[in-house]
Amino acid sequence: MKIKAIAANTFREAIRDRILYLLLFFAAASLIFSRLLALLTVGDRVKIIKDVGLASLSLFGALMAILMGTGLVYKEIDKKTIYTLLSKPIHRYQFLLGKYLGLVLTLLVMLSLMSLIFLAIVFAHTLRVEWPLLVAIFYIFIEICLITAVAIFFSCFSTPILSSIFSLSFYLIGHLSWGLEAPISKMKPGLVKILAQIVYTFLPDLENFNFKTEIVHHLPLPSKVFLFSAAYGIFYIIFLLALAVLVFRKRDFI
Amino acid sequence: MAVILRVENLHKSFKVGFIPKKKKILKGISLEVKEGEIFGYLGPNGAGKTTTLKCILGLIFPEKGNIKIFNQPHLSLKAKEKVGYLPENPYFYDYLTATEFLQFYCQLSLLKKKEKEEKIPQLLRLVGLEESADLQLRKFSRGMLQRIGLAQALIHDPSLIFLDEPLGGLDPLGRKEIRDIIVRLKEEGKTVFLCSHILQDIEMICDQVAIIVNGQIVNQGSLQDLISEKILFTEITLSGINSDNLKNIGEVISSTGGKTLVKVVNEDNIEKVIDIVHRQKGKIHSLIPRTATLEDLFVDMVKQR
Repeated sequence: MKIKAIAANTFREAIRDRILYLLLFFAAASLIFSRLLALLTVGDRVKIIKDVGLASLSLFGALMAILMGTGLVYKEIDKKTIYTLLSKPIHRYQFLLGKYLGLVLTLLVMLSLMSLIFLAIVFAHTLRVEWPLLVAIFYIFIEICLITAVAIFFSCFSTPILSSIFSLSFYLIGHLSWGLEAPISKMKPGLVKILAQIVYTFLPDLENFNFKTEIVHHLPLPSKVFLFSAAYGIFYIIFLLALAVLVFRKRDFI
Repeated sequence: MAVILRVENLHKSFKVGFIPKKKKILKGISLEVKEGEIFGYLGPNGAGKTTTLKCILGLIFPEKGNIKIFNQPHLSLKAKEKVGYLPENPYFYDYLTATEFLQFYCQLSLLKKKEKEEKIPQLLRLVGLEESADLQLRKFSRGMLQRIGLAQALIHDPSLIFLDEPLGGLDPLGRKEIRDIIVRLKEEGKTVFLCSHILQDIEMICDQVAIIVNGQIVNQGSLQDLISEKILFTEITLSGINSDNLKNIGEVISSTGGKTLVKVVNEDNIEKVIDIVHRQKGKIHSLIPRTATLEDLFVDMVKQR
């Protein structure tokens, strides 16, 4: 109940924030831009629209998560609104979870709006609703939830600018880390290889949530892969939130 | 009266500077607050008033010491349910209206819908913000923020209310109104813990006082005990006489517009001054005995350290 109240207030705060609409505008612009790109392409235009569209959803969703996630907790501390909040009969973890859920709700609404535009553009070309695209969008949502958890975690102990840089790095590393697999496998056995393998294991792999190519090109995928990706996302989120709660529990609000 | 807040041997230090260096803020604070009193917590800027308050409210964690609120550990929800807090220079969610803001805090305190509907207009009336109920907080003046802050501190009907500089930044009329509210709270049986450096206000309403200087409590007790009724000196305003005649009796502080202000320490000397004025056919305009004020005590304490 208390978590719900904080989540609802966070949602209200985010929805009344102008930066969200700016990002939404750019996302819409980029979706419409995919139509332009398609005009310049030889071959299957619809595939380009789907590809660029899904990529825009993922990118702008992550940007929203980072920009809002890093600011929200910090703003409460900086503006001292957290003083009166935490002096009420609530636990600190309830505050943090409320913030997180409020943000996830906001991002869900925003992603739905963007998806609606996207599906409408696709519909205009194919004249049918492409339900499989929703699967790709669902995994984009899990990815955004994960990025939000990262942003909240960093903002528990760092300033918005630093947290944004950290979260953005997390996002980039997450999408590039799979590229390490090949060079690591070619390394000579030894300490360095073991170390590299440990680092590789702990690095986030956001490509787990990337089903764009498979879905756009109608490639078959075993359901196991989908299940693994969802579980990977959920466990990573729980891990990050637990870490954030641990840091936040012992923090002094000077 | 039962002790409802007990703080024992509180220690806290912060790390400051680029190369972190420990700076001791609280050096063993101990105090007791009894039910139904207004407790004034005084100290110069940077003495550790707000730090003590934040320790009590669980916003920062002391290194050493023990805090009990209504005999419960201070971090327990049971203790927090009975506590209201108005921070210094409060700032709240500026995108909310006054009513939305109070509704949010009602939800945090798990107030029922019916209670909420009664409580919010009642509190807005108490702090004089009825007409601004639907105004966004970003449009509030400082005094109004202070009032809505007080309303939020009272929302769950706490028995112990912590107010950090509640009169700071208010105009004289606003100060009086908030002071009246504090006194009314006491009449309702609530306990008020008041941090302030505006001494006149504390003097008017507090029962018990603790003075903190440099992280240590230097004096503590009931206001009457701390301030003696003894007359320190008498200020006499007179005219029509040569002030040179008064040199050995009192200290001439100023003489403007034909009036002379004289400070007389000894009571016998007052008679002598009156005598001289009679003989020289002068006039006495006022004669004011000055007793020790909280301010004198405060200045003394701070200077000693």
